[in-house]
Amino acid sequence: MSGSDDAVLDLRAVHRTHGVGPAAVHALRGVSLVVRPGELVAVMGPSGSGKSTLLALAGGLDRPTGGEVRVEGQPLGALDRRGLAQLRRRRIGYIFQQLNLLGSLSALENVALPLELDGTSGRRARALAMAALTEVGLPALGDRFPDQLSGGQQQRVAIARALVGERRLVLADEPTGALDSQTGEAVLHLLRRRIDAGAAGVLVTHEARHAGWADRVVFLRDGVLVDTTAPLGSVEQLLSGSDR
Amino acid sequence: MSIRHGLLALLERGQMYGYQLRAAFEESTGSTWPLNIGQVYTTLSRLERDGLVRPLPESEAGQRPYEITDAGRADLALWFATPISRTDRPRDELAIKLALALTTPGVDVRSVVQAQRSATMRALQELTRLKYGSNRPEDLPWRLVLDSMVFQAEAEVRWLDHCETSLVRHQPSGPAPPASRPDDPDARDAARWAGEEARR
Repeated sequence: MSGSDDAVLDLRAVHRTHGVGPAAVHALRGVSLVVRPGELVAVMGPSGSGKSTLLALAGGLDRPTGGEVRVEGQPLGALDRRGLAQLRRRRIGYIFQQLNLLGSLSALENVALPLELDGTSGRRARALAMAALTEVGLPALGDRFPDQLSGGQQQRVAIARALVGERRLVLADEPTGALDSQTGEAVLHLLRRRIDAGAAGVLVTHEARHAGWADRVVFLRDGVLVDTTAPLGSVEQLLSGSDR
Repeated sequence: MSIRHGLLALLERGQMYGYQLRAAFEESTGSTWPLNIGQVYTTLSRLERDGLVRPLPESEAGQRPYEITDAGRADLALWFATPISRTDRPRDELAIKLALALTTPGVDVRSVVQAQRSATMRALQELTRLKYGSNRPEDLPWRLVLDSMVFQAEAEVRWLDHCETSLVRHQPSGPAPPASRPDDPDARDAARWAGEEARR
């Protein structure tokens, strides 16, 4: 077993089957994966290989039919709905291709929302939201509404919402979606910076160029991890070895 | 390319001697293309033979700078103006290797594909890490060179994904069946597929 004390995310022989009998679809078949602080793991694989299922299980949005998912050592299966919802709001940030920003709330209010739902005072939530907007380079646009922002700015707001507060696990599903390559790269830059500051991340992508931002890349096929790259060394090691 | 055109482009900035050229070349390619000083001097003497550069008098320190000639400038301008033909590039050893793997008995082609994809993905990670670390405006030439390698690696990973998908479609049983079983439909399919690839 590859479990680990300092793991932020620990998937242990996870299975997810939809339906029963001959019609059953095995989305994941015994996947184990450990993600530690400061580590970004990219998950690649063809459509239908189980990438999004893996992410949903890691974030407590879905429950496995076998095996166990732990976030910061806490088995998600042991939590009731309320406990799970609380963990999701406090410790896990999600970045999806669909931004799900609320059009009737300003950028700042969108970012502050998960904190306020969790009982943080309005004032403190807004201060933390402003810090997150500053982190993504939008400190001056907090008053704007989503329809007053460009696609790239909206994506940054969604990232600020995923990073706000003390999220230890950031889960991203094709976060660069329809963005142009420069804007998409800026998004990955932000994600990378938060990971380098000590969070753990899982990035689902079908683009190798985006997976290049990860410390480790795992390949899924038909619900099984078939392949993984070794963790990277330091930049200094890379430079000294770059004449290969 | 063309160390030759690389050196001409550097001399267009101003006269330089061998060691300066080597350092400037490596700087502009972000050390991704190391040159030894012998290559620099061999190239310079060929450029001189062809009238594209001319040596200047030695300095007191014993260094002989070179400058670009008008013919050299014309050659350089032509190089910048002419797209690089894909047929001028070396043959793709990887494509040939995979085509051979498909038709060689006992070779697990999927393992070959996966091992290559891991290695290429790893290279892509390294390139991205180097890019992440070079944000200064003066790093732009290097970043663009790195980007070029990033996009090439990405294309290779996509092609390997495509190969894997094709293999799954043609060989549901996993490892390549020995080519000596012509009655096996999977083997026939694989052989036909390899034949089509080889003809391309």
